[in-house]
Amino acid sequence: MTEATASAQGLAKTSRPRSLVLEFLGRLFREKPLGAFGAIIFLILLLTGIFADFIATEGFNVIHPLDKLKPPGGEYTYFDADFNKQTGTYLLGSDQLGRDVFSRIVYGARISVIIAFSATTLSIIISLTLGLMAGFFGGRIDMASQRFVDAWMSFPDLIILIVAVSILGPGMWQVILVLGLLYGIAGSRIVRGAVLSTRENMYVHAAQTIGASTPRILLRHILPNIMAPVIVLFTTRLAAVILAESGLSFLGLGIPPPAPSWGGMLSIEGKSYMFLAPWLAILPGVALTIVVYGINMFGDALRDLLDPRLRGGGGRYGGGKPRNKRRT
Amino acid sequence: MSTGNEERILEVRDLKVHFPVAKGILFKRHIGDIKAVDGISFHAHRGETVGLVGESGCGKSTTGLAILRMLPVTAGEIIFEGENIANYTKTEMRSVRRRMQMIYQDPFGSLNPRMSIATIVGEPLVVHDMAGSRAEFDERIAELLEIVGLDPAMRGRYPHEFSGGQRQRIGIARALAVNPDFIVCDEPVSALDVSIQAQVINILEELQERLGLTYLFIAHDLAVVRHISDRIVVMYLGKIVESASRLDLYHEPKHPYTKALLAAVPIPNPRAEAAREHIFLEGEVPSPLNPPSGCHFHPRCPYVTDRCRTEEPEIKQAANGHSVACHLFD
Repeated sequence: MTEATASAQGLAKTSRPRSLVLEFLGRLFREKPLGAFGAIIFLILLLTGIFADFIATEGFNVIHPLDKLKPPGGEYTYFDADFNKQTGTYLLGSDQLGRDVFSRIVYGARISVIIAFSATTLSIIISLTLGLMAGFFGGRIDMASQRFVDAWMSFPDLIILIVAVSILGPGMWQVILVLGLLYGIAGSRIVRGAVLSTRENMYVHAAQTIGASTPRILLRHILPNIMAPVIVLFTTRLAAVILAESGLSFLGLGIPPPAPSWGGMLSIEGKSYMFLAPWLAILPGVALTIVVYGINMFGDALRDLLDPRLRGGGGRYGGGKPRNKRRT
Repeated sequence: MSTGNEERILEVRDLKVHFPVAKGILFKRHIGDIKAVDGISFHAHRGETVGLVGESGCGKSTTGLAILRMLPVTAGEIIFEGENIANYTKTEMRSVRRRMQMIYQDPFGSLNPRMSIATIVGEPLVVHDMAGSRAEFDERIAELLEIVGLDPAMRGRYPHEFSGGQRQRIGIARALAVNPDFIVCDEPVSALDVSIQAQVINILEELQERLGLTYLFIAHDLAVVRHISDRIVVMYLGKIVESASRLDLYHEPKHPYTKALLAAVPIPNPRAEAAREHIFLEGEVPSPLNPPSGCHFHPRCPYVTDRCRTEEPEIKQAANGHSVACHLFD
């Protein structure tokens, strides 16, 4: 009822989206506790990535030559600015060069966040462009672009990744570009499907009768109505990108050392010293597992909550009998 | 309702809308045309309501959409306010679109669920650069909502918060936003409850009187058409079979198809219902891809003659504007 008063004062436009977000968060925690847990993990990853400089106890490449391969809780000595001998604790042990594993995992989170967001954003932009074009204009454009996507998707992901990175060389921007392109083209399918069903709605037709331009119809009428699958696509892709980047780094094609990528840590330190210092393999692996699990749970919850046939409210877009099942 | 104005705001001459049918995956062969609308002519005077009736699939909605140029016109002329818009390009159509609007059948699907009703109603204003300043825009939205009997305070709400009748009124407000002269109403009340139907029809009539609108009212409910129309055009399988003023059509239907349609309307009086002549139509509407020879209606017509099977009847104009396409009236 606060809404009615707000709209009476002409404030309805701004008051509405805010309450929608809050309402949505409420539903997330009430109906999908696991999804909410995933969201918290995701948030922690995000904050860790952003504030890595404050969370990490040391730089990711600070070496203590005397205190290599110490187990979690092990001590190390170093000299401060006045050349006084000091001791510190490795929270999660040290690697074969005497670097603090905790700090490396924290900085690894930053790399994961940067790559995940840039590559996913790039992929969504590509998916939206391709999918909107193919879905809305249909006909030959659709035919041509979809056969291209078919051909592209017939190659295994990893093969494309390895070939592309071998050509471009390892490095963060190359990985972002390749992953963005790879998932962007595959994701255009989902966007296209959503556009195909959305463009048949009478309100799109109505907008055309009014005389609205094609860009306006795409941006104002189609795009807002396909946001549910796009948001879900975005979250699930985040997890996929993090995994793919770790895979590439594990194969030595991702982020070149000494930058601490979780995949790289598993491969370079973890694989070689697995028996001598198991924490080098276990800890980055655990971090990776938790993050990917959390994001996937969050993505699944989003998918369920944003599905129109499960959404509350009146009319066709809520309640009623379930329409044909849509998978994303 | 008739204003006596003889200015023809819309004149449709020999309009044809054919959809090509192609077969084959790689090499498409043209195997025929669906003649959804096949050479129809009618007109509408300014300020009147022309009812367009017929069974499902007879091409009445296609006619409406073709007039708005939402479907490709195969042949014929659409003369709107003196201009033949049948071959207008997209850019040329833009200025025409302001003057002709549409009201849809489905009040649920025709409003974007992600837009507030102020945005929906105001969109035509924005599209045609008529929005003006923020205050003018808001004022116009409030005015439009009031015209259709909605509380302007509800402007920030979303379509799902409204009932079917209210939503249909939002659709009407949207159509009115840019002061059109001509509105195609594509079965605007068929999706509503009977009580709401009356409400929406009354709004449409009231607006016509106030704003001098011309309606092309497409429907299959003869009672509604009878109530709102000045003249009625009856279509069957892409062609006009009869057109007449409302009174002539209801009191003296000529074409057997019109008679059958009227006979199908129930009369809420058992004695009158039992006394009147019943005409039962057999079978389905034939496929417009392969229409029957001669008169399209002959396979279902109770008065069929040999001539009907071979010769297609021309539409013949009678003195009082009552025209009919049937060999029985030669």
